[in-house]
Amino acid sequence: MIRVVLPAHLRALARVDGEVKLDVEGQATQRAVLDALEDRYPMLRGTIRDQVTLQRRAFVRFFACEEDLSHELPDAPLPAAVATGAEPFLVVGAGHAH
Amino acid sequence: MSEIRVLVGTRKGAFVLTSDGTRTRWDVSGPHFAGWEIYHLKGSPADPNRLYASQSSSWFGQLIQRSNDGGKSWEPVGNKFVYDGVPGTHLWYDGTPHPWEFARVWHLEPSPADPDTIYAGVEDAALFRSTDGGQAWQELPALREHSSASSWQPGAGGMCLHTILLDPSHPGRIFIAISAAGVFRSDDAGTTWRPINRGLKSEQIPNPTAEVGHCVHRIAMHRSRPGVLFMQKHWDVMRSDDAGESWREVSGNLPSDFGFPIDVHAHEPETIYVVPIKSDSEHFPPDGKLRVYRSRTGGNEWEALTNGLPQRDCYVNVLRDAMAVDALDPCGVYFGTTGGQVYVSANAGDSWAPIVRDLPAVVSVEVQTLP
Repeated sequence: MIRVVLPAHLRALARVDGEVKLDVEGQATQRAVLDALEDRYPMLRGTIRDQVTLQRRAFVRFFACEEDLSHELPDAPLPAAVATGAEPFLVVGAGHAH
Repeated sequence: MSEIRVLVGTRKGAFVLTSDGTRTRWDVSGPHFAGWEIYHLKGSPADPNRLYASQSSSWFGQLIQRSNDGGKSWEPVGNKFVYDGVPGTHLWYDGTPHPWEFARVWHLEPSPADPDTIYAGVEDAALFRSTDGGQAWQELPALREHSSASSWQPGAGGMCLHTILLDPSHPGRIFIAISAAGVFRSDDAGTTWRPINRGLKSEQIPNPTAEVGHCVHRIAMHRSRPGVLFMQKHWDVMRSDDAGESWREVSGNLPSDFGFPIDVHAHEPETIYVVPIKSDSEHFPPDGKLRVYRSRTGGNEWEALTNGLPQRDCYVNVLRDAMAVDALDPCGVYFGTTGGQVYVSANAGDSWAPIVRDLPAVVSVEVQTLP
């Protein structure tokens, strides 16, 4: 199980409280996590990554285990602590004060 | 008794203001989509409880929200706005070619006949349409593929398609306006387009009478007389009596002919309203006085409407989509300011009162007159 923390605006849009818990088949990567997230919450399509190019939106960042993973390749494995659910995968609106 | 529903889009959410036909006591609902920019929301003439809203943010992009109960509840619908084919380039501010990039939906125009059909005017300028209630959006690409499009250049607010007028008496006739390309008309439901800017004169462009390149801020029509169009251009208030084939200036005695919104009285097609703004470098009213100007002669002769509006120390702006009229008699006129006030006049502009004073900056105002 992978834990995803969304920014407040996207929690409101997806109507979720707190963390989202996702089952991701195969290797845990950014792409796999975002695919699973968008499958569960289709209204999030286009808000984190472009719907056509699948590129991360410019002001959205991905943090985990006290590291900025935003510039990692989409298919690179996420840290083991994220893959096991020990640490959450954070989707962050850069510089967004809430 | 009739009910009035005012749909207000702001920089930080949407608000729905409702009143009975007296238009004196108002209920305020919102913010809906708190914290998001709501460029526009509008109801379907065919089903007034069907509303659409354009919700966007620099961080999370574009969303379209739909309501089936007059704004009490909302659901996100389709937000995939993809230009048809390879979109090519327009000119950037510095005059270099710049690829077409979708930024946001500025204006939503529901079909008068079908609640599921709606047009969207977007930045970078293009026209999209949905026929399934906003789930799927298709571009009408002929406009963006017009032979002049590679020379279009953004206005200060971006290269936006901000006005869509559907001609009620000519099926298939659509007027659109783009900052800063000008007005275009289609007579075949968007299959072909041609610029209709003859008579416009803009000293800010190399050829002041060019066929395209004019910074048109807003156009308006009266349903009973769709061949007559009124325009607030960057500078100049203009009028056309031949569906845009030619335009003439009707700024007359306005204290400034710069401004953004323009609208037409619901029952008097020659009565029009503008809000003069001092200049393009100072986006506030002349002399610190917020004045709506009304012409009862279709332009040229204007009177200041000041009763109930601040007449000192007022430095707000009124944006292009932030004025609307209701269908009651006497006609109600509404506008919102960048200072967060929404004003109503229940007597065609003779006197004004604020409905709300402290909203976020108002981007758009639409009014529904409900039975």
